[in-house]
Amino acid sequence: MSILVFIQQENGKINRLSLEAITGAQQLGAKLNQPVTACVFDENSANELKSYKLDKIVCINDSQLVEYNPITFANVMEQIISNENSTLIIAGHTYEARDWIPRLSARLDLPFVSDCTGFKTDPNFVVIRSIYQGKISSDVSIENNNGFISFQSGSFRADEIQVGSCEVIQVSVDLSQSTDLVRPGEKFQEATGAVDLSRAKIIVSVGRGIGKEENLPIAEELAKSLNAEIGASRPVVDYGWLPHERQVGSSGQTVIPKMYLALGISGAVQHQVGMKGSDCIVAINKDPNAPIFEIADYGIVEDLFEIVPKLTEKLNAR
Amino acid sequence: MKIVVLVKQVFDKDSNINVSGDGVLTNREDLTLSTNESDAYALEEALQIKEKNGGEVIVVSVGNDSVLTVIKDGLAKGADRGLHVKIDNEESLDALDLAKLIHASIKDENIDMVLSGLQSDDKGNGQTGILLAELMNLSHASLVMGTEIQDDNSIRVKRELEGGWFQWTDLSLPTSLTIQSGINKPRYSSLRGIMMMKKKPIDVKSAEDLGFTALQKSKVMKMYIPEKTKETVYIEGSVNEIVDQLMDKFANEIKIF
Repeated sequence: MSILVFIQQENGKINRLSLEAITGAQQLGAKLNQPVTACVFDENSANELKSYKLDKIVCINDSQLVEYNPITFANVMEQIISNENSTLIIAGHTYEARDWIPRLSARLDLPFVSDCTGFKTDPNFVVIRSIYQGKISSDVSIENNNGFISFQSGSFRADEIQVGSCEVIQVSVDLSQSTDLVRPGEKFQEATGAVDLSRAKIIVSVGRGIGKEENLPIAEELAKSLNAEIGASRPVVDYGWLPHERQVGSSGQTVIPKMYLALGISGAVQHQVGMKGSDCIVAINKDPNAPIFEIADYGIVEDLFEIVPKLTEKLNAR
Repeated sequence: MKIVVLVKQVFDKDSNINVSGDGVLTNREDLTLSTNESDAYALEEALQIKEKNGGEVIVVSVGNDSVLTVIKDGLAKGADRGLHVKIDNEESLDALDLAKLIHASIKDENIDMVLSGLQSDDKGNGQTGILLAELMNLSHASLVMGTEIQDDNSIRVKRELEGGWFQWTDLSLPTSLTIQSGINKPRYSSLRGIMMMKKKPIDVKSAEDLGFTALQKSKVMKMYIPEKTKETVYIEGSVNEIVDQLMDKFANEIKIF
């Protein structure tokens, strides 16, 4: 029995969620009394891992693993899991992990509990997941503690990784069985001169509660009076009311402003991961049960159409 | 193209879901049901692929008789036939169980494509389409924001990555695609569509008939209202009082002026 933590990297730089996952794996290993092995497909990243408290670092150097491919990654990880006798496989909930892990979950007939926010070990080991758009939390058990877990951004702190020293073991795998069912191409960015919300001091962000596109000026005028940038949750972008470059959340930008003013945003998990690091969160939403209030510093349970115009007026009169 | 679309019925996003101390949903009867948001985009994408390339769209939904609503909605929008995979306790299935059940129900269809929403608005596992790809030995792509059929054997998809990045990826058919919301503009059903729907067939396959047994290798042990991570200060009063207090917080506590 052992814990295997999968390290995602790009151009030799370890993904932040993978670092957070190491902290999670270390804490879990200590509680369950299991050794922790890290697995990475890049030499520089493997060397970076040497200074962490790990029982083993497995590095696979292969030109076929430089670019992400779900089929190849699943094939390699199947071999590593078997070689290492790994029972719990942990990863950060990145777009790669959520893409290849289900394939292996089905192949090995082992459950994948995705997008978890933590774990408990008293009395039994369970992982914590948020369900129903963040309105409910759930404790999930895994049969024989044998399966895959991915942890959402921010579940553990990368700066709490325990330091130590560990050697890198180079491993070669058999990639001859790899098929070309999936053929990834070049990566590209769509919008040029995209808005960089990550540097904004104040963000006024709009959710479905704004109701319709014609209501947007209410938020835009408030943003103007606060010298703030406009942000949006996913549905507002999907409806085409604001461009994708304004989107905050797991499929948009991650922001850390001094103040994040959320207007009519319910605060689903996918949105929260992009903004919960803000210094101060102010939420206006008429639904008192909206999950945004779980992370808000200041909450106003009112109709935004009542509050926002008055607030803009006061700000402009200042 | 023979396309299966997986559509899930979920509680409406604005539902006030409540659980009791022993972790049971207490107000199930009061909650509005609707089609899972990203599944609606998957259905629209399937209909557009069919309109361009010809073929057949089959709407599949798993659950009790209530899910017939979402199947009929799909048929009214233009799908050709429905498949109701009947099981009473759909909610107790984990992602792997659900994928195996769907696999059992469609494995005899000679399909070119499975389309499903990226993630459900209830449990949000985000795995069904990919699990199914492995079980059925299909290629797959997740987070799909665009599709272009290349020829009888391949399709090109645009995937959404992180931080505003995208990637074109070619896939061999048959394939399973999980569709990101926002990929298209889902249509409304027309009156004509609703009339036509009444003549379209809906097959029923029950979990028992399919010889399905849930293994529940992962299992929800407890549900509860999330523990608050922050102490929220609620600002209350009349509109004017709230605005005045907010101005005070801006100036003296958040210090943004």
